[in-house]
Amino acid sequence: MFRIVEKKALNPSMTKMVVEAPFVAHKAQAGQFIILRVNEHGERIPLTVADYDREKGTVTIIFQKVGKTTMLLDQLNENDAILDFIGPLGKASELEGYHKVAVIGGGAGCAIAYPQAKALHQMGIPVDVIAGFRNIDLVILEEEMNQVSNNLTVMTDDGSNGNKGFVTDALRKNIEAGAGYDLVIAIGPIPMMKAVSQLTKEYNIKTIVSMNPIMIDGTGMCGGCRLTVGGKTKFACVDGPDFDGHEVGFDEAMERLRTYKKDEERETREENCRLMRGAEHA
Amino acid sequence: MPNMTPNKTPMPEQPAEVRNKNFEEVTLGYTDEMALNEAQRCLHCKNQPCVSGCPVSVPIPEFIRHIVDGDMEGAYQTIKSTNSLPAICGRVCPQETQCESKCVRGIKGEPVGIGRLERYVADWFMEHGTAKDEKPQSNGHKVAVLGSGPSGLTCAGDLAKLGYEVTVFEALHSAGGVLMYGIPEFRLPKKIVQKEIDQLKQMGVTIDTNMVIGKVLSVDELFDMGYEALYIGTGAGLPSFMNIPGEALVGVYSANEFLTRINLMKAYLEDYDTPIIHPRRVAVIGGGNVAMDAARCAKRLGAEEVSIIYRRSEEEMPARKEEIHHAKAEGITFRLLNNPVAIHGDDQGKVNQIECVEMELGEPDASGRRRPIEKEGSNFLLDVDCVVVAIGNSPNPLIRSTTHGIEANKRGCLIVDDNTLQTTREGVYAGGDAVTGAATVILAMGAGKHAARSIDEYIRSK
Repeated sequence: MFRIVEKKALNPSMTKMVVEAPFVAHKAQAGQFIILRVNEHGERIPLTVADYDREKGTVTIIFQKVGKTTMLLDQLNENDAILDFIGPLGKASELEGYHKVAVIGGGAGCAIAYPQAKALHQMGIPVDVIAGFRNIDLVILEEEMNQVSNNLTVMTDDGSNGNKGFVTDALRKNIEAGAGYDLVIAIGPIPMMKAVSQLTKEYNIKTIVSMNPIMIDGTGMCGGCRLTVGGKTKFACVDGPDFDGHEVGFDEAMERLRTYKKDEERETREENCRLMRGAEHA
Repeated sequence: MPNMTPNKTPMPEQPAEVRNKNFEEVTLGYTDEMALNEAQRCLHCKNQPCVSGCPVSVPIPEFIRHIVDGDMEGAYQTIKSTNSLPAICGRVCPQETQCESKCVRGIKGEPVGIGRLERYVADWFMEHGTAKDEKPQSNGHKVAVLGSGPSGLTCAGDLAKLGYEVTVFEALHSAGGVLMYGIPEFRLPKKIVQKEIDQLKQMGVTIDTNMVIGKVLSVDELFDMGYEALYIGTGAGLPSFMNIPGEALVGVYSANEFLTRINLMKAYLEDYDTPIIHPRRVAVIGGGNVAMDAARCAKRLGAEEVSIIYRRSEEEMPARKEEIHHAKAEGITFRLLNNPVAIHGDDQGKVNQIECVEMELGEPDASGRRRPIEKEGSNFLLDVDCVVVAIGNSPNPLIRSTTHGIEANKRGCLIVDDNTLQTTREGVYAGGDAVTGAATVILAMGAGKHAARSIDEYIRSK
């Protein structure tokens, strides 16, 4: 069992948890992930390590309430425990040898983009962070991202923060202004990663994306997380989760991610009903 | 006087049209009377040919004698003296190619139902047994076992009996390996696996789940933690795909994923959150036991039509005869001498058809089986909404790729010394599917026993 030492709502749909997991904290690096299971009857879901504290033996996860498992997880409070918490899994991001990097985060993806920016910043590499959200109420980690970047640009789809547009708009502007990036890291919804990769392809800038497909074991055993990268089948859990954005088959990955979409919508709806009923009876 | 009936005492089982709609165990086990009846068919040959057919050398005539004498506790202890997982072996061992293939009664009829009797004794003990496994006096030496499948559990049990402090590291959240995630409930009830594991715990074996060795801890770190020897029993867990177009479509599963969702994650039970596609028309590709398991699971999930697609003929099928028989009885269609060449999908990326070609058998190949050759222009389409790829697994490279000095062959199988099962690194032993590639539970157990002896010798000689 893995105790939750801190829980904080970042916005109405996203939660941050700091979890006691000394083995994971001891080894975790930017780009790696964990798999957790909330209870005996629960699913195993992968979540990227958002931060870690080797001395305290804690790992930070940030998740969006999108399905039954993340809703169940969100019902746990400080000092409650998560049943299974396995990691660190996957390969760490390779960040050595670059001179200027743009880190792009989309929505919940900022939770994963942040540790990448932090790692680069600590290595002394100049970083620009571009973060995109649907509206101002959903903005997360603004202060944290600001601290580890030379320039932080926050975009909103609806312009509610005064900066209307997509992350690709901001990225193109920076590139055109001569930012001189030799690496772009894009983490967020698949359509965003695809759009960023298409843009950087035009400028021939190396681009890394972090894939988060459906998986069970995280050790290469189930093959559920397979992706087509450069025409070859890769397992995100052991070959990734980072891949060359110019090689990833995003459309296929998007379709595979929707495998259980109906199930998830139904379960979330049922869960909401159950919670509502609970509230009525309370 | 022995019972000279030429045939085995039949084992009661759920009728096919009932069992193909539930996940309860197919075969129901012998009653006391049936067991006695079958036990009396044993001739107690002096040279015990059956024992030579058993990878772990169970004293077969001796345990059967105890059944005849009504001493079930004695029968159990006799099996247990060389086989740490009798309830499991009684169910999933391919007895027909092992002990029973050597039985003298098999010359003029059916051999003694050794597997059925083993199961009977093990089940009797689980229900009525009084003897408890106790933790032996510790010898102060620590050994780590990687993987909690049949090989690792056997190695751990044998070492624990010798007084070693054994920790088994398991990557998943439950111990048991393929016994838990792979073999379905209806062939091997999970509570039986759990009981066998609990007995090992009583003997002092520690089982650490959620520990992906190679990631969470390295082999070097385990040595630093004071483990004096390691046994790698991590199995063959890397699924092979066919590399044909369409394998990434939604609705295409590796057998590992399909079976894990169902067996380990209980997707067939309403009160579990595990999602799975509930298919109507399923194609399972492959001819081994795993393919049979996947097909029979698909049927039980409610599929209307389930086909096994296999590129050779039934004679070459690696699956046990009994499994093929069960699958057929449950309404699985066998499309033999058919080979998939592509999987097709709709505009949302979901599987809707599988394209196959017909095959014919040519000259024997390296495996001694007649080589299937494509009949040109014989392509045809089958409507399916789910495809399960069950064409085999290779060893998982996770430990090897993160550890210095452990070498593997071209197929990814760990290289070991045949006499000791030591890998190319001192103090690190390996066995089971991780060394042989996908094989059987009992062979993996045999390797676990072998390695336990070698590890004991190694540590005592240090």
